[in-house]
Amino acid sequence: MMHVGLIHYLAVSGALFALGLACIVLRRNALLVFMGLEMNLNAANLALVAFSRYGGHAEGQVLATFIIAIAAAEVAIGLAIIVALFRQRSTVVTDLLRSLKG
Amino acid sequence: MTAYDAIFWFFSLALLLCGVLVLISRDAVASGLYLVLSLFFLAGLYILLEAFFLALIQVLVYAGAIMVLFLFVVMLLDFRESRHWWHGNLLGLVGAPLAVVALAVALLPVLKRSGALAAAPEQWFEGTLENVMTPVFTRYLLPVEITALILLAATIGVVVLGRKEKQP
Repeated sequence: MMHVGLIHYLAVSGALFALGLACIVLRRNALLVFMGLEMNLNAANLALVAFSRYGGHAEGQVLATFIIAIAAAEVAIGLAIIVALFRQRSTVVTDLLRSLKG
Repeated sequence: MTAYDAIFWFFSLALLLCGVLVLISRDAVASGLYLVLSLFFLAGLYILLEAFFLALIQVLVYAGAIMVLFLFVVMLLDFRESRHWWHGNLLGLVGAPLAVVALAVALLPVLKRSGALAAAPEQWFEGTLENVMTPVFTRYLLPVEITALILLAATIGVVVLGRKEKQP
């Protein structure tokens, strides 16, 4: 069997990204769509860390740190929006939210 | 197969299994818990990549803080909509891997040509706290400040969004 290298980490990252994308496209619950987004961000982080490790530079891990910080802000805002949506419409099913007007 | 390879396969298969369970579980709380588990396995992969600091941050901030916020909201919003959990179309199920495969086909020749796939072991990077944070606070100081501003803006935004509407 081939030894684990950069390409294996990239394959895992790609598979995780595909799962996140499928979660975004297929699930109807807005919170699950959001979880798919988190999986996408983590897949990108894994690819960045693998590149950083095998390329011998710090930039990938620095960027991954920034991504985690921005993800924290994004999750806070997104969840606040979902809670506000739930208060307004008492549902978070994306198919039932068809108009923008409050 | 070395021990490194075995640990890699264990962590990555567990990670992808948890990802599949996030995708297919009907209960949003279960999905959230599987996502937490998958983030732990991802931290394991980070340790294999010698990104020790990032693995720590992954467990403390991502699995610890962000996902707890997530689960808190999932349990706060008491929705029972098992009828609406899943789109009927197979288009997304086929389309999502297809999109990733297309991206890989587009990117792999570029990676091969740049020689990034042939790793040179002598220049491997070790992601200790010092090695990662020194560039952050020297070369990338301006992005750090901008990130701080973004976090402040997000905090204010959440306070504004979470405020109760005034009764007219």
